[in-house]
Amino acid sequence: MSALTFTLKYKSAQRVDMSPLVCQHLSGMSITEISALTLQSGKLKLRVDELFTISGSDAQEIVINNSVDNLDFIGKDLDGGSITVNGDAGAYLAFGLKSGEIKVSGNAGLYAACEMKKGYLEIAGNAGDFLGAALPGNKMGMKGGTILVKGNVGERAGDHMRRGNILIEGNAGDYCGSRMTAGTIAVMGQTGRYLGYAMRRGTLLLWNQPKLSASFNDCGAHTLAFLPILFGSFKTLNSRFADASEAFNRVQRYAGDMSEMGRGEVLVKL
Amino acid sequence: MIINGVSIDATFAEAFPMKATRAIITAQNEKWAMISAQAMTGFATSVIACGCEGAIERVLDPSETPDGRPGVAIMIFAMGGKGLAKQLETRAGQCVLTSPTSALFSGIDGGIRIPLGKNLRYFGDGFQVSKQISGKRYWRIPVMDGEFLAEATTGQVDAIGGGNFLVLAESQPQALAACEAAIEEMRKIPNVIMPFPGGVVRSGSKVGSKYKSLGASTNDAFCPTLKGMTKTDLSPEIESVMEIVIDGLTKEDIDKAMKVGIQAVCDLGAANGIKRISAGNYGGKLGPFHFHLQEIMA
Repeated sequence: MSALTFTLKYKSAQRVDMSPLVCQHLSGMSITEISALTLQSGKLKLRVDELFTISGSDAQEIVINNSVDNLDFIGKDLDGGSITVNGDAGAYLAFGLKSGEIKVSGNAGLYAACEMKKGYLEIAGNAGDFLGAALPGNKMGMKGGTILVKGNVGERAGDHMRRGNILIEGNAGDYCGSRMTAGTIAVMGQTGRYLGYAMRRGTLLLWNQPKLSASFNDCGAHTLAFLPILFGSFKTLNSRFADASEAFNRVQRYAGDMSEMGRGEVLVKL
Repeated sequence: MIINGVSIDATFAEAFPMKATRAIITAQNEKWAMISAQAMTGFATSVIACGCEGAIERVLDPSETPDGRPGVAIMIFAMGGKGLAKQLETRAGQCVLTSPTSALFSGIDGGIRIPLGKNLRYFGDGFQVSKQISGKRYWRIPVMDGEFLAEATTGQVDAIGGGNFLVLAESQPQALAACEAAIEEMRKIPNVIMPFPGGVVRSGSKVGSKYKSLGASTNDAFCPTLKGMTKTDLSPEIESVMEIVIDGLTKEDIDKAMKVGIQAVCDLGAANGIKRISAGNYGGKLGPFHFHLQEIMA
């Protein structure tokens, strides 16, 4: 069986809600049935075959070709299987992802991996603001799994994050790790202002010295035993994080945010 | 059956079901991993009074340990899961947590999960940090030399304890030399431990005693100084008997360990004063696992 492939015919004038096109919903459906599904686009409901050319049959392996940045909610609540996006993804990519993997060859918009529960998300380009965050008003962001971004991420990455890993090969915007409850965010590039703002617990693992707020206290230089295990868990990734030469276990440890619970940590490579 | 002049008795070792677990202790170097492992498995020769039986299984290469440091695998056996969990936790807390540079990891992935560092974390007094990596939870507990890293749980599996064989020799040095040779070979077998000091026990016991308060007492039938005083199992030329007790995860593991151990003893042979190999049993009434010596050596 070949992958169930959706090739975009044109860019819709309005944003498109792609949430019906996930593996568990399409499993067992014929191409005719899938074609007849409707996708919300602004005030319109568009048939899937109006927007996409459909081919292949394996609903556990979905491919979206020619993807553009107004296709929102790709992989929403995905529970097993894989989605490969060739091109950009809109907002709310991998929203509530439960299991399985999603790979995007381009950039992703706002709120990628919002309230993600488990699984794996890989973005080859950049990600927008609120990566792995909670919806506005909600208290729990990402609860598990791994996000790998090879480019840069916007502001508030990991806002209210609770568990899991966010791995960023590029730079992170302001407020990275804000209001984190737990989990790990690793940034190989530069970080912006207000790093770890109001974080309660969790780890921000950095390759470069950040500009820290006054509410983070220096705990000194340390060799931490858990870091080799953490880096070991990245070995299977298609990423610089898998490169043994990028791994380290000697860090400067800062504790914070002392204006909050203060059990979080910023670990900076030495 | 006679091997190299050593008579193999037509008898069997009788063993019992136990619960077992394995933990991996790592440290800055092998010396400190070993110190910690020795402490953790100290006073763990017999469930009769120690609460568990434990020993070092083997030294691990850094490439085999979760954190890439030198390590030692230890195994602990107990009669029940509750007792095993208690012993494991107490020993981990007093002997590994306290040992400089140490870290503690699960040595069995499957089985029933029992606490390893799960409750030790409270030593961190609120400063402990949890990290879930590849589906496993670790606790980072701040201590005075840095951080003590402990995996939250390890696996408890069904196992067998009490496999054994007796080495009957013409002199005490010859019995000991034979047991040392056996232990050296048996330590190469995975999934088994020989919990007594140096792997060898000189005070084999029988069930019961003339004293009501004791459940076990000296195995007088195999005590050479009592040859003329009791219903002895020894021939006149036997001057010393030593026993090797084996606990293992499966019957096959114990079979293998007994085979290489007995073979090592027989390789020394009658020329080195080794006369007989026997085994301890209770008539087959107490333990469901029987290790027949002649079948193992066939």
